[in-house]
Amino acid sequence: MSSFFQWKIFLQDTGGGQTYLQWLISAWGWTLAVSFCSWAIAIIVGVFIGIIRTLPNKFLLFIGNTWTEVFRNIPLIIQIFIWYHVIPSIFLSLRQVPPFILVVIALGFFTSARISELVKAGMESLSKGQLQAGLALGLTRSQTYRYILLPLAFRIIIPPLTSESMNIIKNSSVAFAVSISELTMFALQAGEETSRNIEIFFATTFLYFVSAFAVNRLALYIENRLKLPGAIGGAR
Amino acid sequence: MNLNFSFFTHDVIANFIFKGLLFSIQLSLVAMTGGALLGTLLALLRLSSKRWLSIPAKLYVNTLRSIPLVMVILWFYLLIPMLIKRSIGAELSAFITFTIFEAAYYSEIMRAGILSVAPGQVNAGYALGLTYWQCMKYVVLPQAIRNMLPVFATQTIILFQDTSLVYAIGAYDLLKGFEIAGKNYNRPVETYLIAALVYFIICFFFSSLAKSLQKKIQIIR
Repeated sequence: MSSFFQWKIFLQDTGGGQTYLQWLISAWGWTLAVSFCSWAIAIIVGVFIGIIRTLPNKFLLFIGNTWTEVFRNIPLIIQIFIWYHVIPSIFLSLRQVPPFILVVIALGFFTSARISELVKAGMESLSKGQLQAGLALGLTRSQTYRYILLPLAFRIIIPPLTSESMNIIKNSSVAFAVSISELTMFALQAGEETSRNIEIFFATTFLYFVSAFAVNRLALYIENRLKLPGAIGGAR
Repeated sequence: MNLNFSFFTHDVIANFIFKGLLFSIQLSLVAMTGGALLGTLLALLRLSSKRWLSIPAKLYVNTLRSIPLVMVILWFYLLIPMLIKRSIGAELSAFITFTIFEAAYYSEIMRAGILSVAPGQVNAGYALGLTYWQCMKYVVLPQAIRNMLPVFATQTIILFQDTSLVYAIGAYDLLKGFEIAGKNYNRPVETYLIAALVYFIICFFFSSLAKSLQKKIQIIR
């Protein structure tokens, strides 16, 4: 076993004044940074688009549906290429934007389409009486959304939202295609430099695993903290 | 910058794009069929009451589902030649990887579909004097398939989009076809835009089809 797995490789110097272990950790940091920033964008945009798809306004509905269909039906890697290669060469002023930001936007918008679907489904799963009761009590539509519908819908969609959040970590691996120095890029480069692919891949896969698992536990904790007494999931 | 699509002629499609499109479709179909079969087997194993059957299946499904597809593609591309002691090209490696990977996702869909049929249905079938296989054929499976078809269709569309990730090992798929065409004519920006449009049209068409199919076969409750 010890001749097959040479974990010492991680203590070796890369030639750039750091060990492979340090490089691995910094790559993990990039993966987490891409994932977290994309997640923030995905939540904000996704919730917004999801909400306008439930409003009784044809124009907003059309915008929301188009947004969702466009970002859902194009593969992520192509969306990343579009943000990285196409957008800066059409809008020259965006040339200075660092690749990290472009990838975060790409992954964030890609995921926002999925989150908007969740939000819409969550809102639709609430009974119509909730909205009607809110309006009948004299709340405005935005008050009804803010104080009644969204808090209920949010609790319903926590489980699928959790798996979307885990998907973001997995999908951030596609950023290797535009040379963001995250975990997959590290695996490819360090594997080539050291020829110890197995060890490098094991370590990389393990860190993806740990990250996704941590998100899962955190979400479970949030879900339990926010549970409403007497409401089993549905909270009708 | 000016966009110029005039290079995109019939020749480009015939020489670069078609080959890639064919591969992407083949890969999707093979992974869908193989993945669904293997996935059904895994689902049945997972639902088994014998732990030595259910635990390995659970491990298989959960492991593959928690690793990014790109990493799985790279792993198999690395491991298969090590195991069989000779290299198999990127294309064959992609077929094997996607079948094994998608099986994990399809198995969850199959499992949910089977579990969605209320146990009372089976009991009622037996009470009416149906045999096990009659009960499966006329009672359980028609309902299970109806229940899981929308998710199955969605997963297959995602699978088609995911085939573009064979970029990581350089297999010649639809995206690669566009990329090579873009390099040859020095028009990368335009080719990426057309690639996005082509993927969009294909995926949008099939997801609309899936939606209308779902409405047609929905059980009226």
